[in-house]
Order: sequence, then C-alpha cells, then structure tokens
Amino acid sequence: MFTLALHAARKTPADIIAENFSLLALALLSFGAVIFLIFLLASRTSVKTQEWLKYLVFLVPSILLLVVGLIYPAIRTLILAFMDKEAETFVGFDNFIWAFTIPEITVVLANTAIWVVTAPILSTVIGLAIAYMTDRMNRPAAIKSLIFMPMAISFVGAGIIWKFVYNYQPNDNKPDIGLLSAIFKGLGLTPPNWLLEAPLNSFLLIVVMIWIQTGFAMVVLSAALKNIPDEVVEAAMLDGAAPWKRFYLVSVPMIRATIVVVLTTITIGTLKVFDIVRTMTGGNFQTNVIANEMYSQAFRQMNFGRGSALAIILFVAIVPIIIYNIRQLRLERTER
Amino acid sequence: MTSLINKSLVKSKAKNVFSSPWAALGAWIIAILWTIPTFGLLVTSIRPEKDINNSGWWTFFVNPNISFENYQQVLFEGSTTNPPLYQFFFNSLAVTLPAVIFPITLAVFAAYALAWFEFRGRDFIFFSIFALQVIPLQLTLIPLLQLFAKGLVIGDVTIIPDFNITGTYIPIWIAHTIFGLPMAIFLLHNFLRQIPRELIEAARVDGAGWFTLFSKIVLPLSVPAIASFAIFQFLWVWNDLLVGLTFGGGAKEVAPMTIRLAEMVGTRGSGWELLTAGAFVSIVVPLIVFFSLQRYFVRGLLAGSVKG
Repeated sequence: MFTLALHAARKTPADIIAENFSLLALALLSFGAVIFLIFLLASRTSVKTQEWLKYLVFLVPSILLLVVGLIYPAIRTLILAFMDKEAETFVGFDNFIWAFTIPEITVVLANTAIWVVTAPILSTVIGLAIAYMTDRMNRPAAIKSLIFMPMAISFVGAGIIWKFVYNYQPNDNKPDIGLLSAIFKGLGLTPPNWLLEAPLNSFLLIVVMIWIQTGFAMVVLSAALKNIPDEVVEAAMLDGAAPWKRFYLVSVPMIRATIVVVLTTITIGTLKVFDIVRTMTGGNFQTNVIANEMYSQAFRQMNFGRGSALAIILFVAIVPIIIYNIRQLRLERTER
Repeated sequence: MTSLINKSLVKSKAKNVFSSPWAALGAWIIAILWTIPTFGLLVTSIRPEKDINNSGWWTFFVNPNISFENYQQVLFEGSTTNPPLYQFFFNSLAVTLPAVIFPITLAVFAAYALAWFEFRGRDFIFFSIFALQVIPLQLTLIPLLQLFAKGLVIGDVTIIPDFNITGTYIPIWIAHTIFGLPMAIFLLHNFLRQIPRELIEAARVDGAGWFTLFSKIVLPLSVPAIASFAIFQFLWVWNDLLVGLTFGGGAKEVAPMTIRLAEMVGTRGSGWELLTAGAFVSIVVPLIVFFSLQRYFVRGLLAGSVKG
C-alpha cells in the first residue's frame, strides 16, 4: 500500500484521489478503531490496573512523540551544526563563521533584522489604532472581519495576491495590470520595477506580512482594551484629560503587557517567515531571509551542517524573545 | 457575521477621541484598503484571459466580461508533467483531516492526564511541554526527515526501523501532529483544569474509572475548547507550505495545493488567469471556515498565541 505513490505516474488524477482517500479512510478508521478498542478493554480492567494503565494510554503516546519528534531532532540539529555537509566530520564553528562572514549570508541576516524591526512594530501600531478607533463603535464587526480576514489566507495565497498588486509592465505601450503601477502612473510618476529593486522589494514583502498580522494585533488588543474598567476611562475624562492624552497616558499603559505579547508573538512569526519570500521572489534580488536560506541550504544544497547552523541562529534569536514574553505574561497575571 | 467584538454594545458610552464619525470613517478606509488586494484577485479570476492581460482589473466595472474559463482550465486541465489542480485540492484535504484529528485526540488525552492525574513530576512534564513551543520548526526538519527516511539507528541498535513511508502522507501527518501537540496540550490543559473538582470527585466516588470518567464527563465538556483548537490547526495545516515541502518528499501524488501554487508562481510568473483562479480556490476553504467559525477562532487566539 505504501508503495502506491511510486508508480503512480501513469494513473489519472481520479485514480490517485481514490487511492489517497482509501489510505485516508484506512488511517482514520484504524486510528478510531484502535482508540475505541483500547477504551473498551481498558474500562473493564480492575481499579488497580487502571492506576498504571491510564498513564500508558493518556500520557505516554504524546510524550513519546514529543521526545522523538521534537527533543531528539533539536539536539541532533545542534550537533549537526558543528559537522560538515554530509554530517560526517566535526568542523567546529566553521558553519557559523561561514554564516557571519560570507556576504551573501550577511545580507540574509541583515534582511531578517529589517523584517524583525519593521513588521511587528507596524502591525502592532496599525492594529492598535484600529482597535482603539473601533473600541466604542456600535457595529465594528464588519470592519474587524475585513481586517482580520488575511489571517485565514495562506502566505502562499497572500504572496500571489500581492505579487499581482506589484505587477510591473515593462512595455510602455501596454496598459498596467498591477494596481500599484497604475496608481503611480495616475499620479504622474514612473513606477519602478517593484520586486526587482533592493531595498524597496524587501519592504514590499514586509507589507504582506503586516497585511496578515495587523488583524491578529487588532483582535488581541481589542480584547485588552475592552478589559480596561470603564471607571478608569471615566475618571480620566472627569479629570479633563484630552482624548489623545487619555490614549497614551491611560489606555496604552493599561494594556502595555498585552502590547508586548503581541509584539513578541509577531516578532517570532516574522523571524520564521519563509513562504512569502519563497513565493514572491524566491529569495532573489537581495530579499532572502534566514528561514528561506535555511531551507535552501538544507534541502537544495543538501548541506546539513550549514542548514543546521542557520536553524540554530534562528533559535538563538527566538529564545530571549519568548523568555521576555513569558515574563510579561506572568507580570500581567500577578498584577490582576 | 456575529463576533465577540459586539461586547462594546454593553459598554457604557464613554466617549474617546475616536468615537466620532471620523473614527468610523478612518476605520472603514483601512478596512477597505485591506480588502482591495483580495478583491482584485477575485475579480481577475473571473475575467477572460485576454482582458486580464490587456487591462487592469478595475476596468472590469466599466467593461464587465465574466468567464469561468480560468477555473475550468486550472482545476481540470493538467499537463504531462502536472496533474490538474483539483487533485491537489483533494491532496490538501487528505493532508489536513488526519493532521487535525490526530494531534487533537492525543492532546486531549495528555491534557486530561496532566490536569487530573496526580503523580510526581507532573508539573515538570507540563512545564516542559509548554517550553517546547519555543522550538521553531526549522530546528527539527533535518533530523526528523532523516528519521522518516532511514529510521533511528544508534550504533548497531535499531530503535526505530525504516518503515519505508517516504512519498506518502504518513510523514506529513506525523510531522503536523508533532508540531501541533505542544500548543494543543497547553490550551486544552488550561481548559480542562477549569472543570470543577467536585464533578470529577463525585464521578470517582460513584465508581467511574479513569477511562469512563474521560469519555462520559471530560470529553463532552471539552468540546468548545476542542473546536477552538481544531480551527487553529485546520488553518495552520491547510495553509502550510514548509512541512508539506519538506515531508512530502516532492511527490505530486501527496503535495497539498500550497506547493502546487508556489510552483506555478515560479514557473509561470505571468499566467495570471491561472494563478488568480488557483489562488482563489485555495483560499476559499479557509475563508469559509474562518467566517463561519470566527468566534471560536478568536477564542483560541486569545487563549494562547505562540506557535512553534
């Protein structure tokens, strides 16, 4: 059954779908049947047996999967990062020295830094603005749904949507089909070849990330704004605080912890961004970022050492952010 | 389209700087700005190829030619090297269903154990699982792929044999299950902890074993939390590119739609009639899920937002 896919080249799509769905049905049915049987048998065992059997059924499968599928691979990647291409000989810090000295890769790291600085801040600021604007509105649901919608769209889909917006018409005699070029020409400007010109292209890709993440920021910050007690806002009003002052002297400090959590969450997502760059430029024209380069090194060049080193760099960048995030969450919990 | 956001109705009418019509106008402008790119894609996908390449999509409103030829072509007409998109659509379904059901099942089990079994090291295990969310996917890809391709052999001892599953769905399912587990266990644990202790103890006193307790009381009570996480995991898996690329082994027979679309962008950068129609096919499913179950999605989002 598992070898079906190998000689499927001559099969029609309908055959392949039928085969795939039989495998799917088989997988789901056997999964369900195994669990049903285990429960049927286990619930008939004695109280004493259940005392140890419960761990075996409920807890052990997840722990095994996590140890084999996350902890072991993470440790192995750490080792691979200090090995050569084929993971045969120990090379010390060579892969890291490579990452920080070869110009092609330092560009990748620099681009990642630009992403990490701009995307989270802009998404959070715009998200906060919308959250605040709609906070006391009567029917904000439609607005919020529209801004939130990109969250449901894949990075690949978003990449296509925006690549179309950025479409460049090299032939002067033909009309533009890209919206951005058309707007530029309408304003009497000459549109650049959007996705080919560095550093403009990196920022255009970052716009896609902002487009997706703003909805997330808005929803979480909206919920936080709703949690500010009315009395606080009213007290500030009675004190005669001007509306803008109320925003940054009352509202923002009250939800500071949530803002930090939103910022850090988007930062982590931005550090790992892969699909947008891969779909829109393939990492060419100086738009490459670390997660995309990690994939190319590991699975295109088949250089496991360098791929692993880049993964470790990514991890090292993420850890302090998460620790900070957790601290902020704790702080917020104790404050309440 | 109801939303929990409607709470503001209940709120007192404290005015702030933006509670003016200007704020509403500003919010509407941003919302429309946010929607135009997607709208342009949709409009383009239903225009004839000739129109798409010779005029901007906004001219559709002066010159409305509708054609579903693009959908017909991208969905049903394959080439010698590439099957039609509808096959990839079903691949996406076949990837997603188990990749949602498996991790949720295992996670409810583990969350139940961590919330209600009393044993030494429980807090340690729970905290470790929580901490595992720190690990980015990228850190595990290479070794995990080797694990699927060759099994695990340390010295001469085979710990996990090579099951010869490369090029099937199985590695993708397992990978998504593993990556989804930490967050699922964390969220569901927090939820299951809130079941009143008296309820559990009363059932225990009545002689319910741990397994009966789970299927009769805990599982029915955790349906809302499961729904929240299911939507999350569904969107995550359906929209994923990295896991499918890495663990699908490049086989077209198992590749989800995102992989095919990414390929189409690369090889036929100018075939907008096919790209827009294809992209819309792939985003319409998550959009339906999103709009019909937005409330659960938001709830899941607010409960925990870090994902590895």
